[in-house]
Amino acid sequence: MSAWSLAFVPTLVRRERASLAAALCAPVIALGGAITLNLGLYVLMGRDPVAVVYAMLFEPFLSWASFSEVLLKAGPLLLIAQGLAIGFRAKVFNIGAEGQFILGAIFASAIPVWFPQATGQWIWPAMLLLGAIGGALWASLTAFWRVRLNANEILVSLMLSLVAAQLLNYLLLGPWKDPNGFNFPQSVMFQYDAMVPTLIAGTRVNVSFLITLALSVAAWVFMQRSFIGYKLQVGGLAPRAAGYAGFKEGWAIWLSLLIGGFAAGLAGAAEVAGPLGQLQRSVASGYGYAAIIVAYLGGLHPIGIVVSALVMAVIYIGGDNAMVSANLPIAAVRVFQGSLLLAYLIAVAFVRYRLERRRAAHRSPS
Amino acid sequence: MNAIEFILAGMLAAATPFLLAALGEMVAERAGVLNLGVEGLMAFGAVLAFIIVYQGGGHLLGFVVAGLGSAVLSLLFAFVTLGFRANQVAAGLAIGILGQGLSALFGKTYESLTVRGLPKLALPGLSELPVIGGLFVQDIVVWISLAATLALWAIFAYSKIGLIVRAVGENPKAAHAIGYSVISVRVLAIAFGGAMAGFAGAYASVVYTPLWADGMIAGRGWIAIALVVFGTWLTGRIFLGACLFGAVSLMGLAAQATGLDVPSQLLSSLPYLVTIIVLGIISADRRLLKLNGVASLGEPFER
Repeated sequence: MSAWSLAFVPTLVRRERASLAAALCAPVIALGGAITLNLGLYVLMGRDPVAVVYAMLFEPFLSWASFSEVLLKAGPLLLIAQGLAIGFRAKVFNIGAEGQFILGAIFASAIPVWFPQATGQWIWPAMLLLGAIGGALWASLTAFWRVRLNANEILVSLMLSLVAAQLLNYLLLGPWKDPNGFNFPQSVMFQYDAMVPTLIAGTRVNVSFLITLALSVAAWVFMQRSFIGYKLQVGGLAPRAAGYAGFKEGWAIWLSLLIGGFAAGLAGAAEVAGPLGQLQRSVASGYGYAAIIVAYLGGLHPIGIVVSALVMAVIYIGGDNAMVSANLPIAAVRVFQGSLLLAYLIAVAFVRYRLERRRAAHRSPS
Repeated sequence: MNAIEFILAGMLAAATPFLLAALGEMVAERAGVLNLGVEGLMAFGAVLAFIIVYQGGGHLLGFVVAGLGSAVLSLLFAFVTLGFRANQVAAGLAIGILGQGLSALFGKTYESLTVRGLPKLALPGLSELPVIGGLFVQDIVVWISLAATLALWAIFAYSKIGLIVRAVGENPKAAHAIGYSVISVRVLAIAFGGAMAGFAGAYASVVYTPLWADGMIAGRGWIAIALVVFGTWLTGRIFLGACLFGAVSLMGLAAQATGLDVPSQLLSSLPYLVTIIVLGIISADRRLLKLNGVASLGEPFER
């Protein structure tokens, strides 16, 4: 007497068509999974889970003052992630947005630092533009290294971020240090005209949020409706086919990196000309890395990214709240971000695969 | 002691974290897996080792726990990339962020504390040589790391295990067809890489500069990944590359000691700038990379 083994092995089987339902569910499931996992961790650390959930997930929505901070935080994440996602779709992995963000902040600060007395309505728009150019220039180094020298863009862009952080330190401890700043590593406070005008009275949300939303629409048009965006995506999905069709790879890399650098630089400029009002060390607080997660969590889609940027901003503001009210270290936010991306990568597998329980292949005697 | 003697004496110790992490990453990459989480794996190992040593567990236990801890964390990477065929770049970044976050979380109460390092052992005779004598006065971990480098070189040059790992990285379908389990080999290679990154982090936090500070790995994990490219996936060249970076990271200290009037930030970014430049020089020779490169690197395996 022999029987098939009762062992069933779960196996991923490729779907004939990608599942839209799975694509829409993946971020939600990932978020749920990450929240559960991290709450478990907080309980292990001896924190009150109810207090943490309340502070992290509810408090950001409970007052306008708090929710406006969420919008303020979402701005740079949204802008950087839109830029990065365009590159990621073309398989150009720019992970140096942090450095491009810092260079944007530095370039923008040059105007108020060198011309502190200047007045006029042109100053803050000029700063934003200069910042975007600075970010694009920093990214162009990576593009040059990748296209002309064949160097891996992941490593080069990351190294340039570490260099940018040192450059920021140098400026703030040296030539750009505020002489009346009690030796703090920060620049002078910017003049009134160097500040982006506030959008909603009584909050710190400013006009750059509108610019970010407008650029999100532009990103959507570019990726979903334009021929150049289409070419970029084809290049990412099927590089060989794109090559035969006459789409040049080097051109796609340049375009991806310049767009990413431009967006990150603009975000950096908006940060110093907005909530900070001066160049500080803390300008580089990990937005560039968090935006990578925002881009993936939004499915690299311009609309998805708007939602995921808001989610990530809630986690940031909620994390700040939890630090105060539930005594949670701020590093918990980084743990949350990492586990969220991992959970998403698992959940998103079901867009292209479905799980089947298959009988183990071999017969077992009994 | 002049600058050259200073650099020679400290080079191997400074090179050890780079070397250990890069050797581990080399094994993973030769099996066809690109794990970009090294920085986070090192940070995680560093904090685990520091906590053990600070609590009086001793250096040996510290290294064991660091290696095991980082290996377990890297298995999470294996689970996502091999089990669910996730994009290896994204999964590596996630592990990196997670590892750095966990290290900051666990290390919060240990911030800026110090432990005792390890004593230096001098090779009799050789250590008394002029100028290069310092090369032969090293702690035990440096000697073990050199032995591990030799062992890995021999394994890949002469043993069947090395051949299997290469086959899985070069042509997973063929390796599968002749009966090797691609997934098992890759899981083991990832775990080995994780353990080595853990040891590298432990060396940084309990031997090289025996203190804990958030962010103390300072890009070493990323440089280790770059070293694998510099070394074109070959053990000997990776060792030479690690020595170069050991020397470069000491050059900043040597320059400051001689009172050179250069901003310290420039000296701190020297390893990153050298990485960028060397990466450009090596990569520009496409033939060199193709010759030793791993054909299926970064691609998920499907039967």
